[in-house]
Amino acid sequence: MIEKKLWRRRDLVALAGGMALSAVCWPAFAQFRVEISGVGLTQLPIAIAPFRGQDAAPQKIAAIVQADLERSGQFRIVDGASGANLDETSRPDLTPWRQRNADSLAVGSVTRLADGRWDVRFRLWDVVKGQDLGGQSHAVTVGDLRVAAHRIADYIYEKLTGDKGVFATRIAYVTKSGNHFNLWVADSDGENAQSALSSNEPIISPAWSPSGMQLAYVSFESRKPVVYVHDVSTGKRRLIANFRGSNSAPSWAPDGKSLAVTLSRDGGSQLYTIDANGGAPRRLTQSSGIDTEPVYSPDGKYIYFTSDRGGAPQIYRMAPGGGNPERVTFSGNYNVSPAISPDGRWLAFISRINGQFKLQVMELASGTVTGITDSTADESPSFAPNSRLIVYATRQNGREALMTTTLDGKIKARLAGQGGDIREPDWGPFQK
Amino acid sequence: MKRITIVATLVLAAALAGCKSTPLNDVPVENKGAQPTTQQPTQSQVAPVQTGADEGTAQGPRNVARIIYFDFDSNVIKPEYQAIIDGHARFLKANPQRHVFIEGHTDERGTREYNLALGQRRSEAVRSALKLLGVQDSQIEAVSFGKEKPVDPGSTEEAWAKNRRAEIVYR
Repeated sequence: MIEKKLWRRRDLVALAGGMALSAVCWPAFAQFRVEISGVGLTQLPIAIAPFRGQDAAPQKIAAIVQADLERSGQFRIVDGASGANLDETSRPDLTPWRQRNADSLAVGSVTRLADGRWDVRFRLWDVVKGQDLGGQSHAVTVGDLRVAAHRIADYIYEKLTGDKGVFATRIAYVTKSGNHFNLWVADSDGENAQSALSSNEPIISPAWSPSGMQLAYVSFESRKPVVYVHDVSTGKRRLIANFRGSNSAPSWAPDGKSLAVTLSRDGGSQLYTIDANGGAPRRLTQSSGIDTEPVYSPDGKYIYFTSDRGGAPQIYRMAPGGGNPERVTFSGNYNVSPAISPDGRWLAFISRINGQFKLQVMELASGTVTGITDSTADESPSFAPNSRLIVYATRQNGREALMTTTLDGKIKARLAGQGGDIREPDWGPFQK
Repeated sequence: MKRITIVATLVLAAALAGCKSTPLNDVPVENKGAQPTTQQPTQSQVAPVQTGADEGTAQGPRNVARIIYFDFDSNVIKPEYQAIIDGHARFLKANPQRHVFIEGHTDERGTREYNLALGQRRSEAVRSALKLLGVQDSQIEAVSFGKEKPVDPGSTEEAWAKNRRAEIVYR
């Protein structure tokens, strides 16, 4: 196992802009650590040269790009320090990079513009073929410097792997500090977190709308669980489900027009759908057991959910309008929290195995299940929009932490901050 | 003079419980005929009040506990808690204008949403027991906090036992 530690300063400036800061204990530093385990990894070797001028900028662009690529599991980083004299206008001598076995080289610059914004430029080179693979330029405010770095990482990722990158997407998560709860919206690396909701009562189950503009979640602020839909950019929110009893587990239909929820208004925990603008719920299940944690398959053909109708909690699926459910998990007596990959190929879920709660991945076509963690209190899996990574909550050294993992479990990165427990991640869609 | 003392005691009790939503004139002080039987309680015993109909406070019946504990993975109300159910049922039947929340809780093991559903099962078990004794359904709301509000944040068997509970809360 190789461990690498990078310490990066949080973007305080961006935080101060948009919201009233409460006296919440949130970290001044966040630790980002990539763990690599297993053999036989095929990774693309790439060197990222320091971006010219980045020492004067509040964000170290090259380091952010490098960490993104590393966390994806698809890249092996070759030291780029000797490229400090290069930028996107250079015609670099590729021989030394070839000798270091780098297949690709990224170079660039960061320049402060007269209007106070920053101009971030870069170019990607194919070291083997000696080819210019194109580049980008982003003129951004200081608060969007990290986003510019993530977009560069996305460009490199897509150019070299053929898949769309997910670095410029957002993750929602919840922190608990003492008895204070915060719902955050952060970059995909967990950094640049901005508070969407602050409460003295628990917040659970955030779920991004397909547009990436809204979050549904369960808040206990009225001393019972009720479901809100919250417009992230304006902070406006509305009650979606506040019926008698408990209201929970919101999940968006792929068209964003309705949500599936768990309600106990008719007794027991049962599944319903409800219009995204509110209104009367429509009941989907009629069981005497627990039915909860609904999630739509991305093609909208199924709702996967957890039910103990067979005596112990297992994952089932049914048509989105209800109907006869089909059991999906068979091994063990506690399989819950289904998540379906956006490409429809994978089911991630949590299984209780010998009293431990473990993240499992099932290939839906074959039914093959693989455990991909060594931890014992995994929860809340959520797929990246390109289906290549899973973010999940777990417990490390007695604290709740967030991890990302590749689907084979070989590359894991911790997204935890200090000063509080961090939980309930949900990975947002590609940004338009 | 005696009347004043009773009123003062009730005011103090309400204030101590921090209940801000119930006006004090809801507190029944007119029923002079119904006094709690004076018993010498042992430390471990919970003695439900056996007196007149509408005795009680903003927090519900006096001298009746309001937490019921459950075994692991169970929503069965154990016999030792029946006296608590009886006490609250009597109070709610005598005070049909009063409403009660039953808040179900679980220990920390397992995932949040599934535990929320398990806690709901516990609160609904208490609701059913109250209804069986004649309490109106409209007086009771059963909700769950799942594992979100542990009494004891520890990860021991002892802590878990304290956290698997249903709380009867008058709001």
